[in-house]
Amino acid sequence: MDRILKSTCDLIPAELMQEMLRIRLFEESTLHEFSKGRLSGTTHTCIGQEASAVGVVSALRRSDVVFSNHRGHGHYLAHGGSMHGLAAELMGRRTGVSGGRGGSQHLHFPGFYSNGVQGGIVPCAVGMALAEKYKKSQAIVAVFLGDGTFGEGVVYESFNIASLWRIPVLFVVENNRYAQTTPLLSHFSGDFSLRFKAFRIDVEELDTNDVTIIREAADSITASVRETCEPRAMVLHTYRFSPHSKGDEVRDLAEIEHYRQFDPIILLRSRLSDEEYDLALSTARDEVSRAFGQAELDAWPDPADLLKAREELLNVCGRSFRH
Amino acid sequence: MRTVLQALNEAMHEAMDRDERVVFLGEDILDPYGGAFKVSKGLSTRFPGRVLTTPISEAAITGIAAGLALRGMRPVVEIMFGDFLSLAFDQLLNHACKYRWMYNDQVRVPMVVRTPMGGRRGYGPTHSQSTEKHFLGVPGLRVVAPNALCDPKQLLLDTILSGDGPTLFVEHKLLYLSSVGKPPNRPVLEVIPGDPSSLYPSVLVRIAGAPAARLTIATFGYMADLVLDAAWRLAVEQEVFVEVVVTTRLSPLDATPILGSLERTGHLLTVEEGTVALGWGSEVLSLATESAPRRSTIVARRLGAWNVPIPSSRPLENAVLPSIQDIFDVAMELVG
Repeated sequence: MDRILKSTCDLIPAELMQEMLRIRLFEESTLHEFSKGRLSGTTHTCIGQEASAVGVVSALRRSDVVFSNHRGHGHYLAHGGSMHGLAAELMGRRTGVSGGRGGSQHLHFPGFYSNGVQGGIVPCAVGMALAEKYKKSQAIVAVFLGDGTFGEGVVYESFNIASLWRIPVLFVVENNRYAQTTPLLSHFSGDFSLRFKAFRIDVEELDTNDVTIIREAADSITASVRETCEPRAMVLHTYRFSPHSKGDEVRDLAEIEHYRQFDPIILLRSRLSDEEYDLALSTARDEVSRAFGQAELDAWPDPADLLKAREELLNVCGRSFRH
Repeated sequence: MRTVLQALNEAMHEAMDRDERVVFLGEDILDPYGGAFKVSKGLSTRFPGRVLTTPISEAAITGIAAGLALRGMRPVVEIMFGDFLSLAFDQLLNHACKYRWMYNDQVRVPMVVRTPMGGRRGYGPTHSQSTEKHFLGVPGLRVVAPNALCDPKQLLLDTILSGDGPTLFVEHKLLYLSSVGKPPNRPVLEVIPGDPSSLYPSVLVRIAGAPAARLTIATFGYMADLVLDAAWRLAVEQEVFVEVVVTTRLSPLDATPILGSLERTGHLLTVEEGTVALGWGSEVLSLATESAPRRSTIVARRLGAWNVPIPSSRPLENAVLPSIQDIFDVAMELVG
């Protein structure tokens, strides 16, 4: 299943809508399943931020790498991750994409990585892009940062080195205006774009939830990363409608309502016929319901397997591994 | 005389020569400077594209190494002083050492972080520490320390080319000056290699032909040099004979050779340059206790640095760090 749209000629609103609805409905189901007690642990949904996930990731190639953060389900699904694998991971099942060891924030399939620790993924993504440069693979790496991530010093170390060494990495900032519950004005001084410009990294800043605009910008920026073999940045001002995690909403409800007029799905809705929209909606609904339905039936992981893995991790000898 | 420094430099050259995936990152590692302690001498001249001098950004370069490793390279990072490892700790603990496990064994992170460690050069509180104890026991992290007896070149070479997970490689600053092999002025020392199949060897040292040893001294890294001097004095001056076990892999700890010797001697002394509290020696003693037969008695001590920051002035630093005399004295307390 290759759901990734390849270039601007594929820029069909129905497909972008399909991708956004997959994410929206998946995330809604995630919160619903949590409220029913069928999921454990924690999760961070991206309801409202689908345009940045789909707009940017759909501009990438399958061979490109996405490194995502704690709020990564959208990036994961947009890059072609198995929805059932994600649902099963959230449910802690053996069939989960990380076998139940990772949970919501620690997802991996070839070309996709995520980690829930803020900022620390950024140098790792820079290193991956450097590896691709060494291998002359033409692949680039897109790493997703939130506004809160800008509080971490290692982020700036990474910008500096990416620029200095001309590393083909795309920094994507999703400014959803909150670091968990702390509003931007209380945790962020200065300017996003100027931070990149200070390191001579070209940056495009978009204040829109229109997925087609983000996608068009991402097309040209990813092409530029590939051609110049240099870092670029996108700053996307967005908003999440869902709470930071599950039941931890502290924002003014009027503020949330205000931003609902910029819901990326509503913004794109008028570009589709009713039939197209209904088809996209029912397709997404079926896929989400199958994913969670199947995951719930899947087996739990066996702690005995964990014991075996523990022995391997201790790895007394360690001679065998080759790439 | 071939020093440990030369051996490690040779290992770096050979690793980069044998495997194009080896990339070397660190601060001030380019020729003609060749790194603060010269382990990287000549590398940037010979492998210009794969030796990257970096900004003063220990966290970022460690993270970059993890990214390189995840995508098929074999990075080596030099952290200029072991004291600065704290800046890279998050990258090791929450990133490099987690990926393999939390991605359900689907990835490997073959990276090496090398760092000069330890005191005795008067560098003071922030450039003299032995910080390796803070990294022991981190799941997924291997901590390795070379010594003069266990072929440091082969150890570093194997760690870079054959390791399959994040490894912290701890090089004591004075060890660099030690001569590789057994001390030339001690011909009667017998060096017995441990498990030959292990990538991370250990050795047992004793005086050939001596009466049965009454004490096992377990140690690693540069402290092995001091322990051997103390062992020699104990034999010559007091006719107290000991077995010295020198290990290279500190974590995960394989205490088998230490426990094997302890079974013979009944007395155990651990020696490390770092602070004693909750350190390597504590773990060795715990394992010794747990593996001891019921109702048996273990007589043991731990020796290390005072639990204070390391002073700069020579007499003060000497007082704080474990010396040959300290080893001698504690050994005499135990079995004298």
